[in-house]
Amino acid sequence: MSISRRDFLKLAGISSLGIGFSATDLLWKNRAEAIEYMSSPKGLTAKRWAMVVDLRKFKTEEDYNRVIDICHRIHNVPDFGNLKDEVKWIWTDTFEHVFPFQKNEYLPEGVQEKKAVLFCNHCDNPPCVRVCPTKATFKRKDGIVAQDYHRCIGCRFCMAACPFGSRSFNWRDPRPFIKRLNPKFPTRTKGVVEKCNFCVERLAEGLKPACVEVSNGALTFGDLSDPNSEVRKILSTNYSIRKAELGTRPSVFYIIGGDEDA
Amino acid sequence: MYDAGKILIGLIIFLAFATFPFYSNMGKAVAKPDPKLDTPVIQQMKVKQCVESKEFMRAEHMQLLNNWRDAALRRGERLYKGSDGRITEISFQNQCLRCHSNKKKFCDECHSYAAVKPYCWDCHIAPKEANNEH
Amino acid sequence: MLEKALTGSRRYWGWIFFLLAVIGVGFIFYLRQFAYGLGITGMSRDVSWGLYIGQFTFLVGVAASAVMLVIPYYLHDFKKFGKILILGEFLAVAAVVMCMLFIMADMGQPMRVMNLVLHPTPNSVMFWDAIVLNGYLLLNIIIGWTTLGADRKELPPPAWVKPLIYLSIPWAISIHTVTAFLYAGLPGRPFWLSAIMAARFLASAFAAGPALLIILALIVRKLTKFDPGKEPIQALGKIVTYAMIASTFFLILEVFTAFYSQIPGHMASFEYLYAGLDGFGKLVPLMWLSTILAVVAIILLVNPNTRKNESILAFACITVFISLWIDKGFGLIVGGFVPNPFERVTEYWPTMPETIITIGVWAIGLLVLTVLYKVAISVREAQIDSGSNTH
Repeated sequence: MSISRRDFLKLAGISSLGIGFSATDLLWKNRAEAIEYMSSPKGLTAKRWAMVVDLRKFKTEEDYNRVIDICHRIHNVPDFGNLKDEVKWIWTDTFEHVFPFQKNEYLPEGVQEKKAVLFCNHCDNPPCVRVCPTKATFKRKDGIVAQDYHRCIGCRFCMAACPFGSRSFNWRDPRPFIKRLNPKFPTRTKGVVEKCNFCVERLAEGLKPACVEVSNGALTFGDLSDPNSEVRKILSTNYSIRKAELGTRPSVFYIIGGDEDA
Repeated sequence: MYDAGKILIGLIIFLAFATFPFYSNMGKAVAKPDPKLDTPVIQQMKVKQCVESKEFMRAEHMQLLNNWRDAALRRGERLYKGSDGRITEISFQNQCLRCHSNKKKFCDECHSYAAVKPYCWDCHIAPKEANNEH
Repeated sequence: MLEKALTGSRRYWGWIFFLLAVIGVGFIFYLRQFAYGLGITGMSRDVSWGLYIGQFTFLVGVAASAVMLVIPYYLHDFKKFGKILILGEFLAVAAVVMCMLFIMADMGQPMRVMNLVLHPTPNSVMFWDAIVLNGYLLLNIIIGWTTLGADRKELPPPAWVKPLIYLSIPWAISIHTVTAFLYAGLPGRPFWLSAIMAARFLASAFAAGPALLIILALIVRKLTKFDPGKEPIQALGKIVTYAMIASTFFLILEVFTAFYSQIPGHMASFEYLYAGLDGFGKLVPLMWLSTILAVVAIILLVNPNTRKNESILAFACITVFISLWIDKGFGLIVGGFVPNPFERVTEYWPTMPETIITIGVWAIGLLVLTVLYKVAISVREAQIDSGSNTH
């Protein structure tokens, strides 16, 4: 039997397709014996985690530094010492910059210059999650907006989408710029985006976020969907603000002034 | 055939390149990988058993790690019940590497042999190996 | 047909090797970026997209503008575009190739690009952008190659390409619309949060793309035996004129909305770009250069006497191209990030390696364009030769 060159090429094409399909079949078959995965019973759970920042309780520089340092230390957040490479999970800015839409030069003295702590707002309707092309950033069942560093392709669409400036990109290898490595937590690699994770790794162990623990009550963490939670109690007795005008439904609330009785 | 000479020379050059890995390694014996399990933690174990059987782990550890990652990180399920019913906390850095604290003799041994470079270590911190190195 | 790209004059090969050398240098710097990370660029936490994404955005427009030849030729039977249609289609191919390379250059983890396919995410505009760009590339390669191949044999194109050609028209509009949606749907960036963004993108694309095509057509006429013809160039000139006016008009609409409403967030980026903000104004000279060039271009284009003079038309096209390149390939992206959500200004300026990588990608685009044009023009030249011999 003789076949023409054209037929030979056709046959070769079809058979290579066949090989391709059988190979993908092997790859797709999940051969790991996924027996069972469970949540830890000691972990803290909620429908929607939220944070209340009571600015009245931040009095000295030390009050701010404590929460920033603990977070950056346990999460291996690098310190590059320059603005261009900067990576940060918690930081501060003055009231007028944190709440540009609340511009009001007749506020009580000191409020405009008062510093507020800033971190990811773990929005209920997060734009970063909406724009991520690989689901590397996603919202967990407990409302936490998490980042999968394994999957992030570093397109930085989420950084453009986040109206709270909460996201940092690893412009270069962060390892050499971490003063003291926490061996219990990973670092990140160059080329991925990172941000505050509401301490998911601590919640899984039944612990509250580290910043809350060292804040002397200035930060309160709890379930926003539970009317009896601590955060709901504080929010129902104090006037709080948040940057809500963009419809992202942020889960971080700020108490600015008033009587400190809550 | 037109230009037979040129085509043949081209084919010979191509073959020379394509077979380069074979003849350049010919006759050289590369030591078989010999991963070590002699870490202090493993030595103290009564039953020296990983989360699944040795055979399973040897063939499927990468798939298992992928599944562990998705379970812990994406679904928040940080406990793994193995085929023998034992429950293990899911954490590459704090569980896997607690026993297998000898990255060089356990992980790198085979990975180097197979010339695979998993990117685990770009982020996950390998244990200090001072006590294993000598 | 590709073999036609393998024979050429010394000048042709000199140009090819020059481009290869530029690409080589760009690639060396890309390897440096790959090893060090994107910190090698001028981008920062506050201005997290820069020159690369600007080039991508601008070039999507250039790619889309091929439709400005396809619509008159296929929908309005404007036969005069017949001979240069292929130049538009091949320009689109080269432009989309550059778009993809700029996206790759901008990625923090380029090795993970297949995650886009492994974890398809329809709620992300980038997912759709990947689909429409790849589709557009494929469409233009198939259409361009098939029609040129048929043309070479003096045959009409096969019937099955017709539906693809019609499909390519809305597809071209879609690539630039989706690219505009990358920006126009972000809640915290008032400079981009504008319903007119896609329309403005298309208008500037239909000015910059055909302007580039006129310049290319004039170069082709000068260097080869193939003359794209006076009339198609004049027709393109009219398209550039209308589109440039529309593009400028849309920009004025943006300025009006921002400044008559007096909403600070909407004014801030314009203030930064055209006047400087909080003492920062690196882009101010560039933005005014863009404005002046736009005004000059419109004056020269609107006046029929100047537009009909090919030398002046060429000059006007260069001013259009540079003006819109500054506006869209640079100012639009950087302006969206300044000031940041906390009303603080961080400035951006591309670094040397970033610029060289950018030039390298342009060189790849020019190489693709040169090779494709070489094929197309060789076919045309053969037609001219046979025409002069046999008839």
